[in-house]
Amino acid sequence: MLRPFGMLAELTYRCPLHCPYCSNPLNLEDYHDELTTAEWQRVFAEARELGVLQLHLSGGEPLLRRDLVELVASAHELGMYTNLITSAIGLTPRRAEQLRAAGLDHVQISIQADEAVLSDQIAGLPAFAQKLAAARLVKSLGWPLTLNVVLHRYNLDRLDRILELAESLEADRIELANTQYYGWAWRNRAALLPSKAQIERAEAIVRAAQERLAGRMEIIYVIPDYYSQYPKPCMGGWGRSQLTVIPNGDVLPCPAAHILPLPRVSVREYPLSWIWAESPLFQRFRGTDWMPEPCRSCPRRTIDFGGCRCQAFLFTGDPARTDPICHLSPDHWMVEEIVRRANDDRDGQGEQARPVPRVFVRLPRQRQATTPIGGLRGLPNKEGK
Amino acid sequence: MDEGVSSTKRPRLARQARMVWDPVRQRHVLLAPEGVLLLNETGAVIVSLCDGNRTVADIIAELRQRYDRVVEHEVQNFIARLVDKRWMELHDA
Repeated sequence: MLRPFGMLAELTYRCPLHCPYCSNPLNLEDYHDELTTAEWQRVFAEARELGVLQLHLSGGEPLLRRDLVELVASAHELGMYTNLITSAIGLTPRRAEQLRAAGLDHVQISIQADEAVLSDQIAGLPAFAQKLAAARLVKSLGWPLTLNVVLHRYNLDRLDRILELAESLEADRIELANTQYYGWAWRNRAALLPSKAQIERAEAIVRAAQERLAGRMEIIYVIPDYYSQYPKPCMGGWGRSQLTVIPNGDVLPCPAAHILPLPRVSVREYPLSWIWAESPLFQRFRGTDWMPEPCRSCPRRTIDFGGCRCQAFLFTGDPARTDPICHLSPDHWMVEEIVRRANDDRDGQGEQARPVPRVFVRLPRQRQATTPIGGLRGLPNKEGK
Repeated sequence: MDEGVSSTKRPRLARQARMVWDPVRQRHVLLAPEGVLLLNETGAVIVSLCDGNRTVADIIAELRQRYDRVVEHEVQNFIARLVDKRWMELHDA
């Protein structure tokens, strides 16, 4: 049996930020019933027995879990490499020292832009200064620091300055990931998708920086798949090397798969080993037997595994079709249509879509109607304001 | 890069990487940010000898005491690969 190497533990979907490209579900309020500390600890132990070596603690904002230090300590004792993926909001010196002592191995901090105004507009919160302070704190405690930057129409032209910022913060790694269009990002794709010219400029900047910073900073560039010929090998293949556990205990082959019309499966009802090896959800798109044409006879079927099931579903309503990103897919015209619109000269058209911010979810105990925040009035339009 | 590393360097595992025994797979693995490397027995021995004190030449000499066939450039290339990933650091005398 193939054993998973990595597990993404989305500890909570609560988050102080409101990024319009968030891949969390749109119905955030359905996930209030979070796993308890003891439940997570059991899941970590089961994951280690199954073979998981890398544990990614994410969300939402994982620092909003008051038991985060305890959870890190448990994972560390099990021998897993622990990785915190955070907005850095709430990463105080005290909390950081506790996490260090508990054995946290690596910290990834999200950065929205290279400067405060745009960054805070994207995040929907004045967070930029806190992020820089937290990045310096991470380095001062001797952790490896990764900066995560989601790229889109509004920050792609600032890539050189984003890289300068990463350099000045002495980041060990920077992940420059073009927006993946799921969740809130799918809803906002018309507003977020960059133009081809933007992408080409960005790729030249990335190549130059990779050369210049070789041996000092690792630069990972995640291509915008709407502009590629072939789909991404999503999660390295369905149920092949990674799994995700979301706040309510549901287990998914990838963090976006909650949207798929497939039977759900929860760690509250089944052991993780059964879920991985035998559940209908994990069996559904494993391997190549499920594939339709043109994937079935394609020599790339074991390279990209038919691409992304969620993307196939979002575009066509059928998760078992070839990822429409692939130029061989009969549905590829749908992607071309979106790309064409993103490359129209929209200046003066007055029709540019505005991104909708991710809606804030209140703490379960203070449950109230979800509160939309002020909105991305903030994101610059063509007047730059 | 397959140039290998100079035999006078003293390699040491970088702070961001660590080697653990995986009882599930019954082998040593190297863990680092977003990376897992399954090691065979020799790989694990080499990593454990990379302590920042031994030179590459010392490591090769020790390996020769334990194993019949030790190919110098293979050891150097193995270390060089880890250096490229920034999982290993090379220190001077």
